[in-house]
Amino acid sequence: MSNATTSKKKNGFLAGTATYVDDRLGVGGVLKEFGRKIFPDHWSFMLGEVALYSFLVLLLSGTFLTFFFQPSMTQVVYDGVYAPLKGAHMSIAYASSLDITFEVRGGLLMRQVHHWSALLFVAAAGLHMLRVFFTGAFRKPRELNWVVGFVLFVLGMAAGFTGYSLPDDLLSGNGLRIIDGMIKGIPWIGTWVSTLLFGGEFPGHAIVGRLYSLHIMLVPALILVFLAIHLVMLVVHKHTHYSGPGRKDTNVVGYPLMPVYVAKAGGFFFIVFGVIMLISSFFTINPIWNYGGYDPSPVSAGTQPDWYIGWLDGALRLAPTGIEFMIGDNTVSMNILLPLVVSLVFLALVALYPFFENWVTGDKREHHVLDRPRNAPVRTAIGAAGVTFYAVLWAGASTDLIATSFKMSLNQVLLAMQISLIILPFVAFIVTKRICLSLQRKDREIALHGRESGRIVRLPHGEYIEVHEPLESHDLYKLVAYKEYEPTLPRPNAKGKITLSARLRSRISRFYFQDRISPATQTEIDENAHHAHELEEQVQKAIESSK
Amino acid sequence: MSEQSKHEETGLAVVRADAVRDPGLEPHRVRMTDKSVKHEKRAVRQVALLFVISMLGSAFALYAYFAFPITEELTTVRLNNMYLGIGITLGLLGIGIGAIHWAKTLMPDNEVAEDRHPIASSEEKRAAAIEVINLANQESGFSRRKLIRRTLYGALALFPLPAVILFADLGPNPGNSLRHTAWKKGTRLARDPYGTPIKASEVTVGSVYHVIPEGLSPEQEDYLEQKAKAAVLLVRVDKDILIETEEKKSWSYQGIVAYSKICTHVGCPVALYEQTTHHLLCPCHQSTFDLVDGCKVVFGPASRALPQLPIYVDDEGYLRAQDDFNEPVGPSFWDRSAKN
Repeated sequence: MSNATTSKKKNGFLAGTATYVDDRLGVGGVLKEFGRKIFPDHWSFMLGEVALYSFLVLLLSGTFLTFFFQPSMTQVVYDGVYAPLKGAHMSIAYASSLDITFEVRGGLLMRQVHHWSALLFVAAAGLHMLRVFFTGAFRKPRELNWVVGFVLFVLGMAAGFTGYSLPDDLLSGNGLRIIDGMIKGIPWIGTWVSTLLFGGEFPGHAIVGRLYSLHIMLVPALILVFLAIHLVMLVVHKHTHYSGPGRKDTNVVGYPLMPVYVAKAGGFFFIVFGVIMLISSFFTINPIWNYGGYDPSPVSAGTQPDWYIGWLDGALRLAPTGIEFMIGDNTVSMNILLPLVVSLVFLALVALYPFFENWVTGDKREHHVLDRPRNAPVRTAIGAAGVTFYAVLWAGASTDLIATSFKMSLNQVLLAMQISLIILPFVAFIVTKRICLSLQRKDREIALHGRESGRIVRLPHGEYIEVHEPLESHDLYKLVAYKEYEPTLPRPNAKGKITLSARLRSRISRFYFQDRISPATQTEIDENAHHAHELEEQVQKAIESSK
Repeated sequence: MSEQSKHEETGLAVVRADAVRDPGLEPHRVRMTDKSVKHEKRAVRQVALLFVISMLGSAFALYAYFAFPITEELTTVRLNNMYLGIGITLGLLGIGIGAIHWAKTLMPDNEVAEDRHPIASSEEKRAAAIEVINLANQESGFSRRKLIRRTLYGALALFPLPAVILFADLGPNPGNSLRHTAWKKGTRLARDPYGTPIKASEVTVGSVYHVIPEGLSPEQEDYLEQKAKAAVLLVRVDKDILIETEEKKSWSYQGIVAYSKICTHVGCPVALYEQTTHHLLCPCHQSTFDLVDGCKVVFGPASRALPQLPIYVDDEGYLRAQDDFNEPVGPSFWDRSAKN
């Protein structure tokens, strides 16, 4: 008894609480295991954190909104405080959204927090995916976590779209109309699926309630499950770190979870929340009161979806005119199917890329040291091509606004977009690959010859040279620490046969690794240091003699 | 490890013997707060100040909730939103920036290296796991008893089907609903949304009317569904410029034409009329239709012309529909051309 009391006094309140919890849950081992776990630090690792924290903000603000929102499409006559819409026919969903905005203190703020954090969530998740892609963080053992992250990104878009449609305003209603039109264009089952989804003819009285179930229950639950898997895998794999001195595939370099990382990550949650709150205090998003309730007849010019649906809307816009055709009595809406298939194929390529690259390199080692994007030129170029493809589709959703803002012909803007969609990814590929190779060449140059010191010396015979200074060993290592691959020949298998897959792999490995810059080796550096040394002696002599 | 298996492990990677040696972690750089008590104390004060700002912000948010209520006056919504938001923002950012400042200036900043262990389990563990699976297989007879295994597959394949079929009542059979609209023989054309009938004499050259069938009222249960199919755009142009087929000559009246307003692409309202070119433009995906040439597609992703509503003028001068549209309106669907 006295013993426990003294130990409590000695160690203070924190240790006392820890003892209390451990006596009942036995979590001491967990804390011992994870409390000092090392997390590497880099600004680009915070992108995923931003996504995670905006999701938490979404849960908080969304829960608040559910207390006031009524997902019913029953038509009522508006009798709230917003004068311009007094007496208008509208759904209860729209009316309750107006009430949240105009009759609940902080209601508009919470709506804006919810909408802004949704936009930020998808944006941060997308940037996080790009970071993972361009640094090769998806390589073994993290291929499956890439797929989990991919699913999260798609779920994020689904959560966004289902939520966007809930207020039943004119803008989101037209978005649903487009979904209805797309579904109807699916061969054979389209009409059926549309009536099932909308509970009859469009718009019906069911869709808002159904989207509400998906939006507040099914989709967030799935996101939580995949998020949990994502984070557990993160702990199992331990975080990657950038290449540099002391950073190996067999270690992890960074700060301990407690206290540094808890303070930084915990503090960062408040910063993300605070920035969302700041934006929501000053910048209006989705002013549904300006649009009016949904009515299938009016529409406003310049309609656009939220940014993350833009690329799909752009795909619809860029489809060429008149590609619908008939098979017998049946209509095949290629103007809908083509964009649909293109988007799905694009997503599939994103999801499967890690497995493809792994097949090409045949590298079965674990990779925990990240690549600098320049050190994987073809991967980086493929990524740039993909980003460009997505960006053109995305810009395609604004053809009308681009045309009106810049006083151009709408037809020509669209034509330019269609051409860009095919051409620009190739341009981006070539340019990016060349830039990466040039940067690698520059790195190699600096590693071999040292950095330019800015010291110009005239030798006795009149030649001017700039003195290069050798790099400090840590700085040097940053420039040469990367993995290099070489193309392979099609090799016969055990039966002595060269399979098609081996031929294909050989071709693709040439595409990937034909053009490459090898990291400077110690031998090369030593040789150059020798030359540099001789030169330095010459310089010294020249200085001596001039004195 | 043999040369062969090593190659299998690294694939196409080039492993060099004379690669530059890793010099190990960079030496730790000492911060000002580590070596100067003055700087350390200042950092402590800064962190505390940030936390105090947070407290003040939260307190201000509470004050703002009551001090800036929402009234009938619309600007009060903006003030409520802004002041409440500023208070909460300070409350959050104070904690966030304070905690990070604390971590960056006062907590140890030397990077630590920790070993990673291979993700895969050890050979022994793996063997033991396989042993467990084999034992389970043996004891249950899963591989041995083919009859049980195959019937189990069958049962597992079928049991989700009732769950699927339960969703069949989400909506009715589409039936003929997409082929018919609220337009009937003799229905008067009325203004959207007021429902007042339109006289041909009121429609001057160049004017545009948004039209619904007379009698369609917001009070009725299926108002929006009917409107989503029946919305029509009525335009009068110089009748000499109309290009009309023999069959459709009688569908217009003195240059007054009525076309479905629902885009044949994905169903947005084709609500923009460009008077000089006589083009109708859909604001969603920019499909453009030539009004004087049967509303054929001249640009954009749509593939079919907008369906035309045949109209006539009655004895009192009101515009009326000759009949329903003679084809389904709106987006294409698989069996739209089938006979009912």
